[in-house]
Amino acid sequence: MISALSAPLRWLIDRLALVGYGTRFFLRLCGLGIAAFRRPRLVIDQIHFVGNYSLSIILVSGLLIGFVLGLQGYYTLRRYGSEEALGLLVTLSLVRELGPVVTALLFAGRAGTSLTAEVGLMKAGEQIDAMEMMAVDPVARVLAPRFMAALICMPLLAGLFSAMGVLGGYIVGVEMIGVDAGAFWSQMQGGVDWIEDIGNGVVKSIVFGFTVAFVALFVGYEAEPTPEGVAHATTTTVVVASLAILGLDFILTALMFSSN
Amino acid sequence: MNRKLVDLLVGLFVVLGFSALLFLAVRAGNMSGSLSLSDTYETRARFDNIGGLKPRAAVRSAGVVVGRVTGIRFDDQTYQAEVMLALDRRYQFPKDTSAKILTSGLLGEQYIGLTPGGDPQMLAAGDRITMTQSAVVLENLIGQFLYGKAAEGGAK
Repeated sequence: MISALSAPLRWLIDRLALVGYGTRFFLRLCGLGIAAFRRPRLVIDQIHFVGNYSLSIILVSGLLIGFVLGLQGYYTLRRYGSEEALGLLVTLSLVRELGPVVTALLFAGRAGTSLTAEVGLMKAGEQIDAMEMMAVDPVARVLAPRFMAALICMPLLAGLFSAMGVLGGYIVGVEMIGVDAGAFWSQMQGGVDWIEDIGNGVVKSIVFGFTVAFVALFVGYEAEPTPEGVAHATTTTVVVASLAILGLDFILTALMFSSN
Repeated sequence: MNRKLVDLLVGLFVVLGFSALLFLAVRAGNMSGSLSLSDTYETRARFDNIGGLKPRAAVRSAGVVVGRVTGIRFDDQTYQAEVMLALDRRYQFPKDTSAKILTSGLLGEQYIGLTPGGDPQMLAAGDRITMTQSAVVLENLIGQFLYGKAAEGGAK
């Protein structure tokens, strides 16, 4: 009886301990992240690694999402004879929802996995242990600059994604389909509030930046120091980060909707 | 990689990111860019009620966009709205052209429709379109309808 219960109980206790450890790790990363700015070189190098290398996928996907939104939005709006609202539809869906969420998902896939793999391989190669032997804190030296870089990059990438999407919507809606350009922009400006809509989008992208960076680094740092362990950790990063992003997105959207 | 190059690339990325955010804020905010037609002449029109007309709305004649609303202000002498219209220089309109505020679609954007008259003289820059028809305000329309119904009921 006790042995039958003990397995799920132990599993539950292990999970709870993991949550507690994760929270502690998160707070430590936040504290050390601010301290990491005393060595901005490390952060700049990581921004280059995390941000610049994600630029191409973000820009191209933003443009393509904009194209699709332009086409789909036109298809629906035409039924109500309000094609001019296309600009509003494209921009609102991008800055409020798709920009932050899709950017975060792509960012988890592009940058999150590479962070996990890098940290995991460092661990497998015993570089982390070596640092500890030399009394260098690996969390401060390796993880914190990466954490900060991901935090800085996420809102910028989300902004770029949304801007490219708006351009994509403009190209399809105005240049190809022939929606009136003035109405496209003026309806957009009339309907998009720069604090309510764009500001909330930026807040979302910052929260997602925290999520992706934390999950990627935590999973990488806790990976089994074997090739299989690193491979498994990389997969875990994508799955956990994506689910966390979508779950948080629902909560944030609900909070933001209820405020207005 | 070279330090200078990394700095340059990161700087480029950060500048790009912030300019994208600025682009969104400016485009969505009301700091309107100059998307006016290339070569225009300005005319004015007074309306009793412009409804939901907005600056940068289209001016159409026979359904074709011939200009744009460049400004709307309230005239406290006549208690009317004065609307500035920038019309494309390629199109000339007679002096007795009339302007109407219309709605595209059932709930769509409002625009100004121009109906040309028969005057041999043409509108010039700075002229005023005198014959105007206000926007249809749904509440007024419903009010009139209800009053009409009530009057009918009383007559019976």
